[in-house]
Amino acid sequence: MAKVRPRVRVPKKASAGDVITIKTLISHPMESGQRKDRKTGELIPRKIINHFTASFNGEVVFDAAIEPAVSANPYFSFAMVVPESGTVAFKWVDDDGSIYTEEKSITVE
Amino acid sequence: MHFTRRDIGRLGIGAAAMAALGATPAAAMTDETRAAIMDFTGGVEPGAGDIMLNTPEIAENGSTVPVDVTCDGARRIMLVADGNPNPGVATFEFGRLCPSRSAATRIRLAATQDVIAVAEMEDGRFIMVANTVKVTIGGCGG
Amino acid sequence: MRKAACAMAGIAMATGIAIAGPGPDDDELVIDGQVLVTEVKTADGHPLDTVYSGWRFRSDETQALEADDFENPAMIEVDYALDLWETPMGEANQSCAGCHGDPDSLAGLRAMMPKWSEAEAQPWSLEHWINWSLETHAGADPWKWESPEMLAMTALIGLQSRGMPMGVQTDGPMAAWIEKGRDLYYTRVGQLDMACSQCHEDNYGQMIRADHLSQGNINGFPTYRFKWSGLGSLHRRLSGCMKNIRATPYKRGSDEFVALEAYLASRGAGLSIETPSVRN
Repeated sequence: MAKVRPRVRVPKKASAGDVITIKTLISHPMESGQRKDRKTGELIPRKIINHFTASFNGEVVFDAAIEPAVSANPYFSFAMVVPESGTVAFKWVDDDGSIYTEEKSITVE
Repeated sequence: MHFTRRDIGRLGIGAAAMAALGATPAAAMTDETRAAIMDFTGGVEPGAGDIMLNTPEIAENGSTVPVDVTCDGARRIMLVADGNPNPGVATFEFGRLCPSRSAATRIRLAATQDVIAVAEMEDGRFIMVANTVKVTIGGCGG
Repeated sequence: MRKAACAMAGIAMATGIAIAGPGPDDDELVIDGQVLVTEVKTADGHPLDTVYSGWRFRSDETQALEADDFENPAMIEVDYALDLWETPMGEANQSCAGCHGDPDSLAGLRAMMPKWSEAEAQPWSLEHWINWSLETHAGADPWKWESPEMLAMTALIGLQSRGMPMGVQTDGPMAAWIEKGRDLYYTRVGQLDMACSQCHEDNYGQMIRADHLSQGNINGFPTYRFKWSGLGSLHRRLSGCMKNIRATPYKRGSDEFVALEAYLASRGAGLSIETPSVRN
């Protein structure tokens, strides 16, 4: 499988008080644990992104607890009010313990 | 005119009116779905309220169904799929900086079923809405 | 009403007369400000009056995912290809960037696929060309046709032609291959004894069970299919169709599929390249 890679869309600039839309995606097969291996007939073990968090300057903005019913290459979009310049930090947690992160800065003019 | 769930949401018709249109939160849900909802609400029966849940009327493919849910004043929103092998889909929690309590994602639906959104409001109430999504089995396609 | 429709569809399939099903919709495809051509009036002698992109047969939700480069789930693979592009590979430790510069130096390439190879005396799909370059210029191992690397790279290179009209060479040595592709298109195969034309020419626009049949044009490949939850090549799609009619599929990169690809490219000529497209 290709490397798990995040992709986020965050405006670079905003005015204080603006409400922005943040879009996020991460490439991940979200193996549900329901599929069977065609050759062996065994269930392919579940391996999904089970948690996603977005924080602004350290404060949690949006948090999602995720089940296998979320589609492959999980997509989340949400709104955020921009109080000041800062950094949006994104974190995805895999069943196997891996943590994937991404960061984007927003400048308030 | 054929109303889609989107149209009903935009017209601002409340849950009571939706009930009149035959769109009540599903009374007949599976035990697992009911258990998941009770778990979320701590045993409180969710009532009707203003949640806008946007789902396609017909999902072209069950593997990737775009949904979005908005509920002003919600602290958390849970999505469950009543016809999936396991009903849980996702639970969203909103922070102080997320004023419009809304989330969009893409979900897997195994078959035609109700997608249910349950919101925990800031004031402690629980409200709920259900949309039926038809999930098609394609004719062909490799 | 339903029974009558089924009976009429049956008659239509038997007689080869296309009757109006839902048909292609009227939506316009605009991606990040660029209007794409999803409909072309054909020249005399073409079996269809108008060719339509598969995008025109998809639901509004599916269409919306292609109309925005962030919403399009294939773009995450394009990101992967951009990394690959810069990665030194093979014995020569050569990256794509080393010779080709930026990916947009390959603008127009995908629009002319499959492209004649003098050395091989046959047309080659983009995958063939990429592997040839990997082996010849980087001394690297070829990529499997359906590998994440090949899918990502054909998506990236295809994207450089997005918006350009699909236009395979049809004269000279290509003519014979296109003719062969045409034969394959109209030949019944498999247990269900069906040819491509019976669905995609005689019945496009109709529903086959719950699928809205397109004309089977190839301007969007490689495509992100919900059914695959990922990118897939044209040859994978052709292979799947053959399996559906219980025929033994030709192999990826085979002469048959290359001939079919050439014919399909000529059949849909003028449609904008949409690679990487989003389909069901």
